[in-house]
Order: sequence, then C-alpha cells, then structure tokens
Amino acid sequence: MGIFKFAVRRMATMLLTLLMVSALIFLIINLPPGDYLSNQIAELRSTGQESGVAKAEFLREEYALDRPLPEQYLIWLGAWPGPHGFSGILQGDFGWSFEFNKPVSEVVGSAMWMTILVNLVAVLFVYMVALPLGVLAAAKSRTWIDYVSSFVGYLGLATPNFLLALILFYYGNKYFNLPIGGLMAPEFEGQPMSFEKIKSVLLHLIVPTFVIGTAGAAAMMQRLRANMLDELNKPYVTTALAKGVPPVKLLAKYPLRVAFNPFVADIGNLIPSLISGSVLVSVVLGLQTIGPALLAALKSQDQFLAGFVLLFVAALTLIGTMVSDLLLVLLDPRIRFDARQR
Amino acid sequence: MSTLPDGRYIDDAPYSPDDKALQLDHPELDAPGWVLIWRRFKKHKLGLISGIFLLLSYLMLPFAGFIAPYTAKERDADHLYAPPQSISFMHNGEFIGPHVYKTNAIADLENFRWTYEQDTTKPAKLAFFCEGSEYRLFGLIRSTTHLFCATDETTVFLFGSDRLGRDVFSRILYGAQLSLTVGLIGICVSFFLGIGFGSLAGYFGGRIDWTIQRLIEVLRSLPELPLWLALSAAVPSHWGPVAVFFIISIILGLLDWPGLARAVRAKFLSLREEDYVQAAEMMGAKPSRIITRHMLPNFSSHLIASAMLSIPAMILGETALSFLGLGLRAPAVSWGVMLNDAQNLAAIEIYPWTAIPMIPIILVVLAFNFLGDGLRDSLDPYQT
Repeated sequence: MGIFKFAVRRMATMLLTLLMVSALIFLIINLPPGDYLSNQIAELRSTGQESGVAKAEFLREEYALDRPLPEQYLIWLGAWPGPHGFSGILQGDFGWSFEFNKPVSEVVGSAMWMTILVNLVAVLFVYMVALPLGVLAAAKSRTWIDYVSSFVGYLGLATPNFLLALILFYYGNKYFNLPIGGLMAPEFEGQPMSFEKIKSVLLHLIVPTFVIGTAGAAAMMQRLRANMLDELNKPYVTTALAKGVPPVKLLAKYPLRVAFNPFVADIGNLIPSLISGSVLVSVVLGLQTIGPALLAALKSQDQFLAGFVLLFVAALTLIGTMVSDLLLVLLDPRIRFDARQR
Repeated sequence: MSTLPDGRYIDDAPYSPDDKALQLDHPELDAPGWVLIWRRFKKHKLGLISGIFLLLSYLMLPFAGFIAPYTAKERDADHLYAPPQSISFMHNGEFIGPHVYKTNAIADLENFRWTYEQDTTKPAKLAFFCEGSEYRLFGLIRSTTHLFCATDETTVFLFGSDRLGRDVFSRILYGAQLSLTVGLIGICVSFFLGIGFGSLAGYFGGRIDWTIQRLIEVLRSLPELPLWLALSAAVPSHWGPVAVFFIISIILGLLDWPGLARAVRAKFLSLREEDYVQAAEMMGAKPSRIITRHMLPNFSSHLIASAMLSIPAMILGETALSFLGLGLRAPAVSWGVMLNDAQNLAAIEIYPWTAIPMIPIILVVLAFNFLGDGLRDSLDPYQT
C-alpha cells in the first residue's frame, strides 16, 4: 500500500473519530438541565417581564431548542433539516451565541487563527528546546548538565501553568520590559497585517509560548534522553567510538535518528496537553484565543458557542495527530502501512 | 581434610550429589518479592525522601486543625492582607524562646490599602498546646487545643493573611485535606474504569476489544482541560461543597482511565497466552476469577507505580479548575480555591504571599513524580 492510500485511510479514520467526538461534545454541553433560553425565560417570568418571554420562546423555536436531543444534534451538525432547512456545522453555519448576541463565527473568527498560531509556536518551541537538551542530557548523562536540565524539567512539570504564567509575566515585564496581556499592542487590533504588527504579536507571544510549552518540553526531553541512553549502550556505538568517529557525528548519524521516531510519534500526546494548557493560560493572560470565549460560554450555558469551541479544539488535536502519523511514516521506513498479519 | 593410608587427600564434609543443584545462583535474590522491591527502592534516595514526605503529609491531614493556629474560616478584620510574620528566638541579643512582635495596621490613604508595622519593643511569646477556636479532630472529635498560638492580642500569620484576614498558613493545612484527597478519589475512579475496560478488552479480544479501543482513541485525542471545564460547568450550582468535591474528583478520574486501560490491555494480551492462565481455563475457572486472581496480581505493582504518576495530574487539574472558578467553590478550602485570590497581576505584585499555596502544590506534585519514578525503577527486582 502506498503512502497516498495510507493518508486517505488515515483521513477517513480521523473524520469518523471526529463524528464520534462531536456526539460526545454535544452530549456534554447538554448535560446541565435546561438551556440558555429556558433559563432566561424562567428568569424573565420570575421578574414579571412577560414581553421578553415571547421573544425568547420565538428564539427557542428558531434554534430548534424545543426539539428532542438527537434531532437537535443532527440539526446542529447539519444532517437534518432545521427551521431554516439544512444549516449546521457541515454547511458552515456555526450557530448563534446568545451570550454575545452575535453569530458564533463572528465571536470566534479571529480567535481561531490566534489559537492555531499560539499552538503552532508552542509546538515549535517544544521541539527546539527538547531536542538539543534531550540529546545533551543523554550524551553528558550523570553530569551537572543532565541534573540541571532534569531539575528544570521536573519543575516545569510540577508548576501549575497559570501560576507560572502570572509570575513570568510579572518578572518579564519588570526586568525585560515584556508587554503584559493580550496578543498584540492595543493600537494594532483590527489593523491590517504589517511588519510592526507582526513584531508586536511576536513580542507578546514570548511568555505564553514559554508557559504553554515548558511542561511539554520537559516530558519530551525526558523521553528523548531515555531513548538516546538506550541507543548509546548498543555495541554499534562502541564500535564507532573505537574506530574514531568524532563524537558529534557519532551522535547525529545513528543514535539520534533511531531515538527520533518515538519523539515524533509522541506529538499525539503532546498536542492535547498543549491545547489544554493554552486554554488555561489564555484565560489567565487575556490572550484573544478561544480560551476565554470557552470559559464564558460554559459559565453561561451558551451552548452553540461552547459546542463549537470544543469541537474546534478537538478537531485541531485530531488533525495534529494525523499529521504526526503521516510524518512518522515518511520518516521511518520500518513502519509498514498494512495491518499486522496475525 | 584428612589423609588416607595410601597418601591421598579427602574432604571430610558430607557429600550429596544434589548439592550443586540446590545451590542458588543469586542467593541475594532469595527473598519475597516485596523485600527485593524495598531493597532496590531504598537505593533511590529521591524516591525514598519523596515517599516519606508524602506519608507525613497524608498523616498530617486528620490533625490539620491541631497544627494550624487558626481555623480556615476565622477572620481577623484588623489584619487584612497582613504580610508574613517570622518567629524569632532572640530579643535584644537575649534568648527568650519563640516569640512574635505585635503588628499594627496603618491606613495608607494614598494607595488605599493597609500597611503593617512591627512593634519590636515588646516580644509576645508563643503559647503551645493552647486554647483557640473550635475544630474537629479527624472530622469527628471536637477540640479547642492548638499546637501553638499567639498571645497578648498579637497574631501569628506565618504566611500572611488573605483578603478577608484569614491565616494563609492555616488555610494551606486545611486546603491540603481536599487537595490531597481529590487525587486519591480520582485515581480510584480511574483505576476502576481503566482496569475494568482494559481487562475486558485484553481478555476477550474481538469485537469488545475493537469497541473499547475506539472509545480509548476518542477520549485520548481530546484535550483534557476543556472537557473537564465542560463537565464541571454541568455541576449544579446549588450543590453543597461535599457533593461538589466528590463530583469533581469523579470528573477528574473519568478522563484519566484511557491511558491505564491501554497498558492493562497490552499486558493482558500477552498474559493470556501464559501456561498458568491456560491451565486455569482448562480447570474451568470463570473469566472473572482468572482475571482477578491470576492475572491482575501479576502486575499490581506496575499499576501502583502508574497510579503514583497520574495523581499529580489530577491535583494540578483540581487546582486549575478551582482557579478558574469551575471546580471547588468558596466555602470549601483547597489550594486551587486559595490561588483564586492570586488571579491577577496586582495581587502578585502587592500581596505576593497570596500565591504561597503554589509551593505545597509544586512539592507534592514533584514528590509524586519522584516516588513514581523510584517505584517504577525498583519494581523489577530480578533485573540487574
């Protein structure tokens, strides 16, 4: 089976998983009793504002919230005709946010791109930090380099993300004059892309990237170090050493290549944790990603917004995992496309 | 050694032909499994220290009320946001035992906050085993005796006081009761589900295996925190603190089991082919008996090590949820709830001591990690 066929099959699995995930998400956001509008209706009734009740009732019908749950799910997905024909996620209609009184696509529009940007940068950061440090820690194992990097790694794993964010922000601002809060300076918001704007965004990204990436980088580094140590004990390394291969070439030529595969495969575990981290850190640092929107939506039971954000986050994870699977196949010729013969 | 009449030498020791076969290759390995594990674990110093630290922390929990000088809800309206006080032993170059100085609040009308000044002329000795506010030992026995408290209208805020004038040190001790147990309950839920599903999938295989595998894949591909958030947003707001605590721990465990289930499944797939399992099957043992009596004990030690490594994630999860206001709520005291006060930059800058609860969090999480690592390394005692 060729790589192309494998990619198609992998894509199909991903879409199937995404479908299951969407059902799960729909179930979760409908767990709390009632919905945004029925809560509002109850509140309006109790305060005696009968005029608003009619409007809310109308909206309930408009968004098919009065129908049974499975039907609501299919309408939300766009696989069942709603009050206005087929109009759901599949058709590109993400629903209405009651909390912000805007279509969901408007609420999260630019935030979606910012989320992707923040997470991409975080992934890059993780690899850029974990790769050299992991190799170094393995090559110089049981020296101070190894111990210091392990210690920093453990500390990164153990510190709650959000606190690290607050503390780094405070000291980053105090000593390095790093900007506080947001993803760009306020004057660039809503402006077209320009060199200055990109510079501002990059400057604002330093602390969030560091915070989101540290835990992932620490875990990655530990794993790479362990893989490298396994390889370094093998006879071929001793042979190469005895034959006088220079140390850097010795490391890079074989052990690193072997140790690298699990490192790439691990991105499937890395991405969910990075996205979790970015949601939390965004809330604390006020980044314009979908994190704050998710929190607000969940708190006020704004179900279409919450559902879409959760679905988006899950899709991002699934796509990332798929890309890593494809990369791994390209990278490692030993991986067979076919299922194992039993 | 003796000499025969014909001049040959001979060994007097009794001879048995089986001797060689009875001798052990590794006499040092002739001990029950747990002794071997303990011997190896003792060499992992960091793991050992972490284990002792965690043991002490958990043993401390029922006595939190006794060790803490104040109770969790006791307010001192005259000392809002008071900075940490230190206990000194020397006064004017003379040893007079542990004492504190009285702090006086001064209104800073320029910045609209209280500043505190120490009156270093009069030392107030700390009292030990003294009477204070009422608390319950083990959550049952009423008591008013505290390990130490301040006398003469002074205060002893070792880690400062918070927004409402409550002692941060005491609240950390009380918060440990919830923060440290949340992980334990979560891990129980996760174990129950993980071992259950994992062994079903691994033992029976076929269609059950396929279904469970897909379920695991779906759950593992989802980012945890947003799901935790969504699930805990579904907790009704009128529930009491105890109910919320239990449901939050269950939510934490609910998403943690897939990793464990995968490990259990892989182990079962290989164990299923072992002779002793086949023998048990031949003798007509039921699947439930084979799983619980023959297969699970085989790798229970691995399960314990992996539990040690998943508890920290749950402790951090609880902290994050409470910090965002979707986890435990205000009357309950946990480290996450306390950190809720340190949510903004202003708090970090002006009242840095409100962020002190992060120190026990870091220590506990690190300790669980080291303990788990140590256990994992020592679990295979036959490996050299």
